[in-house]
Amino acid sequence: MNKNHRVPSNRSLSAVEVKSKFGAEFRRFSLDRSKPGRFDEFYGLLQHVHRIPNVELLVGYADVHGDLLPINNDDNYHKAISTASPLLRLFLQRKEEADYSTFGTDSLTRKKNTVLSAVLLRPDAARKKAPVIISLPRDFRPVSSIIDVDILPETHRRVRLYKHGQEKPLGFYIRDGSSVRVTPQGLEKVPGIFISRMVPGGLAESTGLLAVNDEVLEVNGIEVAGKSLDQVTDMMIANSHNLIITVKPANQRNNVVRGGGGGGGGGGTASGSSGRSSDSGASYYGYSSQGGVGAAASMPTHIIQNFPAGDLDSDEEEDLVIDARGQAEPIRRASSNYSMPLLPRYEPHLNLRTAASSTSTLSVNANGTLPASGSSGSLSNTNATSSTPSPERGTERRSLEEDGTVITL
Amino acid sequence: MKRFRRHGHESQRDRLKQELFQFNKTVEHGFPHQPSALSFSPSLQLLAIGTRSGAIKLYGAPGVEFMGLHDENAAVTQVHFLPHQVELVTLLDDNSLHMWTLRAHKGLSELLEIGRFTLTGPPGAPPSVTRVTAVLAHSSGELLLLGTEGGHVFIVEVPGFRELEERNISLDQVSTSVPEDYIGRRNLEHVEALQENPLNPNQVVIGYGRGLMVIWDLEKHCAIQHIPATQQLESVWWTEDAAYILSSHSDGSYCRWMVGVEDLNDEEEKSDIPYGHFPCKAISKIVQLPAEEGPPFLFFSGGMPRASYGDRHCITVIHGKTHVALDFTSRIIDFFVIRGGSHHTGDPSALVVLVEEELVVIDLQTEGWPVIQTPYLVPLHSSAITCSHHVSAIPIKLWERVIAAGDLQKTHYSKQPWPITGGQSLAPDPPQRDLLLTGHEDGTVRFWDASGVCLYPMYKLSTAGVFHTDADPNDNMNQGSEGEWPPFRKVGCFDPYSDDPRLGVQKIHLCKYSGYLTVAGTAGQILVLELNDEAADQIVEAKVVDLLQGQEGFRWKGHTRLDVREEPVQFPPGFQPFALVQCQPPAVVTALTLHSEWKLVAFGTSHGFGLYDYQQKNNVFVKCTLNPSDQLAMEGPLSRVKSIKKSLRQSFRRIRRSRVSLRKHHVNNAAKLQEANARLEAELAEMELAPVQRKIEARSSDDSFTGLVRTLYFADTFLTDSSHNTPSLWAGTNGGCVFAYMLRLPAVEHRADEPVTAQPAKEIQLMHRAPVVGIVVLDGHGAPLPEPLEVAHDLARSPDMQGSHHLLVISEEQFKVFTLPKVSAKMKLKLTAVDGSRVRRVGVSWFGSSKSEEYGESGLVVLTNQGDVHVVSLPSVKLQVQYPCIRREDVSGIASCVFTKHGQGFYLISPSEFERFSLSTRFLVEPRCLVELPLHSGSNKRRIHSDGGSSTHRSTRLDSEDAEVLQEIQKSLEGDQTSFLENNVKSAVA
Repeated sequence: MNKNHRVPSNRSLSAVEVKSKFGAEFRRFSLDRSKPGRFDEFYGLLQHVHRIPNVELLVGYADVHGDLLPINNDDNYHKAISTASPLLRLFLQRKEEADYSTFGTDSLTRKKNTVLSAVLLRPDAARKKAPVIISLPRDFRPVSSIIDVDILPETHRRVRLYKHGQEKPLGFYIRDGSSVRVTPQGLEKVPGIFISRMVPGGLAESTGLLAVNDEVLEVNGIEVAGKSLDQVTDMMIANSHNLIITVKPANQRNNVVRGGGGGGGGGGTASGSSGRSSDSGASYYGYSSQGGVGAAASMPTHIIQNFPAGDLDSDEEEDLVIDARGQAEPIRRASSNYSMPLLPRYEPHLNLRTAASSTSTLSVNANGTLPASGSSGSLSNTNATSSTPSPERGTERRSLEEDGTVITL
Repeated sequence: MKRFRRHGHESQRDRLKQELFQFNKTVEHGFPHQPSALSFSPSLQLLAIGTRSGAIKLYGAPGVEFMGLHDENAAVTQVHFLPHQVELVTLLDDNSLHMWTLRAHKGLSELLEIGRFTLTGPPGAPPSVTRVTAVLAHSSGELLLLGTEGGHVFIVEVPGFRELEERNISLDQVSTSVPEDYIGRRNLEHVEALQENPLNPNQVVIGYGRGLMVIWDLEKHCAIQHIPATQQLESVWWTEDAAYILSSHSDGSYCRWMVGVEDLNDEEEKSDIPYGHFPCKAISKIVQLPAEEGPPFLFFSGGMPRASYGDRHCITVIHGKTHVALDFTSRIIDFFVIRGGSHHTGDPSALVVLVEEELVVIDLQTEGWPVIQTPYLVPLHSSAITCSHHVSAIPIKLWERVIAAGDLQKTHYSKQPWPITGGQSLAPDPPQRDLLLTGHEDGTVRFWDASGVCLYPMYKLSTAGVFHTDADPNDNMNQGSEGEWPPFRKVGCFDPYSDDPRLGVQKIHLCKYSGYLTVAGTAGQILVLELNDEAADQIVEAKVVDLLQGQEGFRWKGHTRLDVREEPVQFPPGFQPFALVQCQPPAVVTALTLHSEWKLVAFGTSHGFGLYDYQQKNNVFVKCTLNPSDQLAMEGPLSRVKSIKKSLRQSFRRIRRSRVSLRKHHVNNAAKLQEANARLEAELAEMELAPVQRKIEARSSDDSFTGLVRTLYFADTFLTDSSHNTPSLWAGTNGGCVFAYMLRLPAVEHRADEPVTAQPAKEIQLMHRAPVVGIVVLDGHGAPLPEPLEVAHDLARSPDMQGSHHLLVISEEQFKVFTLPKVSAKMKLKLTAVDGSRVRRVGVSWFGSSKSEEYGESGLVVLTNQGDVHVVSLPSVKLQVQYPCIRREDVSGIASCVFTKHGQGFYLISPSEFERFSLSTRFLVEPRCLVELPLHSGSNKRRIHSDGGSSTHRSTRLDSEDAEVLQEIQKSLEGDQTSFLENNVKSAVA
């Protein structure tokens, strides 16, 4: 009975089926997996099969996680061929009409949760303004971002880690500890949860947004105060596909400086406050002095308003269902009460992003770790596969991937 | 559900929740953990047990039980009922005394603490002066005599705890009247024992630790007689005719002293070391009671020869020529003897012994002194509990057959009724018959009647007989050969030693309609059993099932498969095995279910799962769920344990090494010592400083034990198309995967010869990959599918097959509803992502409304790793209520929890006790009982005589003074009782 699932992989060893879509037209052809050739040859082939010799194209493909990723050089082309199992689905756009925002994590599944192709080449009519593109995300996919800068006290930082589609481990540890708070009764020592260790090369470390001894305040909008270390661990793991951690960084020198005077009354505009203890006090007051909106109790709702609707949805991970024919398809959501209003809340957030220049859709950090972290997107994938230690191990992995169509697809 | 959608449905729903759900911890079943004190009230016929954790428990007739807990976290060292009262006094480890009473309220008695007291000595006195070592509740019911470590006896008026300083018996007063030659320069030591003269309540004997006993007159406030024993004193007993005092000593001897009122020198001494010649251990308690005919009964505990039997826990009973040393399997806490006759003054009828792990009652009226089976306080843990399974509403027919099978196992018990009869149980008869099945480490399954307040043992099934084990099953019976001295007799059933841990029972499933039972164990064995009223010889054929399915490169490093007996085995009436499946590798069975209508058993381990057709005795299919890179699952459980042990051992060794070096050099080399000290300190500091940290990582398919099968479920539902329902099997794994198989069953007439086939139909990989702990299919009305045969027996509505079915997958992190047959996500409830708690146990229960008889709904009952219980509504998966239930640190308690089908649950609060709780307003099993003092004045008079230790027709020595005092006491008692009665009536009226 297992055999059902193994059928595709036999094929996948020799040839790669390619299904290429341009506009409303499909072309099917196959490539030899062992001899994919160079990217420019492939590019020519595409122009040829679609009979569009002189059209500048942007080539994208759906990777194993359902993300739309670009093909624009030999490396990512080979990666696309090698990971196709068995079908390689391509999406071609005219360069001048290209919608770059579709690239990246969750981009294919996020919006409609329906068939992949429907997303790409139907320009979203609902969107009035073109999003501001900070850089062309050709080689990138988002790894992390700082969000909600506008509503958080400056001493806090809300970091989103995009684990989805990454082979990199999240890569950090948390511990119990205590922090000092200023209360009307004076200084008070309260238990807290802290980051205790970063795994070298892990997602958390590579973003540069989290550091050892940062205090964890919230996990996906839920305060951790009063929760045990194990509870917080479980919460983080349960949210690991789309983990949003609000921390109070141990190092307060690199805080985001907010333009204008919209901020709280606490630490002023200078980002590098001197002493830690005074910071914690100030931050706490600043936190509450933002009024009802910023008050701790109302945080969750507030956060939800600030998330793009798509973000919320992307956390609704797609379970895989395989029926007897052995074909996998992401689960379609029954239409009933889950049709969320799409995107209207997206724009204010984007505007904010343009305003606060230090936050972008990519991981950008004021302390200058941008280049290292930014490039980790697609590179990490190639690294991960090439670093399989021995050929034996490699074949073992392959056999895993075979009923792996079941497990990991 | 639609009617709740209207505007304002929230408040309606809230009201309904109150009518449906309510959390109560109702009763504790089993034997109290670490008992430390015992007492008995002949007048109330109640037994009291105090524990090391400060609990006090009272038991009377079956169903009559009370529990109290001291606020102090201190062990109860002594319990004493006040004679003829409903009060009792407890002494705790922290030297505080507590007064408890049974107060009637609305027709039910409750145990209440009404006072507390700590002796205060004169200023500046050392604490030993007031450290209480002996307590005597005086027969007047008004006085408490407290002997202390300093040798004083304080007299306190009860129940108010008023110190009567002028009546205290100080050590000085006593020693002035003791002959010089005895006292010498030595201390009398603490007060070891206090006893009252059974005939003259004015006289008490004070026994000091060093051996001296003094008979003291409370009225005249002077010593009457001295008994100069020389051995360390252990206990004192005043015989019923008041003529003798027995004392027991630390060297294993006991002495009998004649009580002569006047002449100090004329006492007769008779001493004996019953197990003598070689040094013996102390006799810690001695009791002698007269018999109507023949010689008296003598009971004493301990006294065994130190070298050869010093480790035995024995109570010796001697009656004429009969001499038995009852040999218990755990330490003796205390014992008492119940006396027959209408006024409890007759022959000893039963010996009640509290040992560390059980309560044993010996019938002294029947030849051979058999054991009387206890209706409560049963040691659940006679072999460690490894799993439990609850079955509600057992049909009467199965019930009677199980009882009949159980009765055949109980022939060695006494036929006498339970001798402790106090109070009356007013609890209504249980609405249904419920069975709790516990699986044990020694391969037994015990069937308990869990319908009511008493968890009563019904039947015991042993699966060990199917296999060859190292130990001879008759090992224990061979002892007790002729002429052995001391004449041991093993009693009690607590036997924690398991011959072979592989026999341990891990999963149980009983079909209450067909009487088919399946039991699975530690070594991958799955037995299918059938209830048979006759004994039978049969061979159990084993079917070995390879769960690896040709996966290669693995080596199982765990235990081997059990050896099956190939010759026919005789099985007694009861559940008899007829089929056996053995998994290969023989890993512990982690999931098991039985469908009696289809005659199929599904089982799973950490390697995969299989389906077994027990009609054709044939395996239908096997699915390997093992992740090939999962080495841990392959190695078996032992290697892992070893590695933990190893690392522990290493760290201990490290510490020890530094200590050793520390010890070796401490004489000659101070510098080295300091160095070693510093190193040790550094090491300890490192240990403390190394922070507990947790790794944050998304689950991956490469995690260990992802293939472990957590749950199996049979359902007749729409698996492949929405117009035809088919039988199906569902399996959920630790890695968040659900497998569904479509089953084809041959028509009934061909069931025996055509094969059952299974076809893979669906696989669901939950993206959050949390372990799947439960799978339920909901019918067209959103109700869970009924159990197999439930509909056939007209006990459930047939499921709705018109509307579309839904699949509910419960993972440790969330509840998710999918449509069927097209598995698309419909709704979900996230738990872990929101509050960080994880599902540990889940069950489906039915909740009836307390307001209206006809309304009820099904819900999921859930226990989280935080120890909270939740109710989640069906089919809408919304959180209804949440109650804290178990401490989150109590991991074994959480793991042991089992839910019933009617919103109750059980979990272990100690290895030997189940706590029962209820989430339902309608189904609540709790003790409701009433205890009253015997009130008939006629018998009252008699009782006072008797409890005072006297009976008129024999009391020739009773002088006039004594009689007067007695009458006085009697009067005051009666006064008390009438006022009590009035109170009682008043409260009843109110």
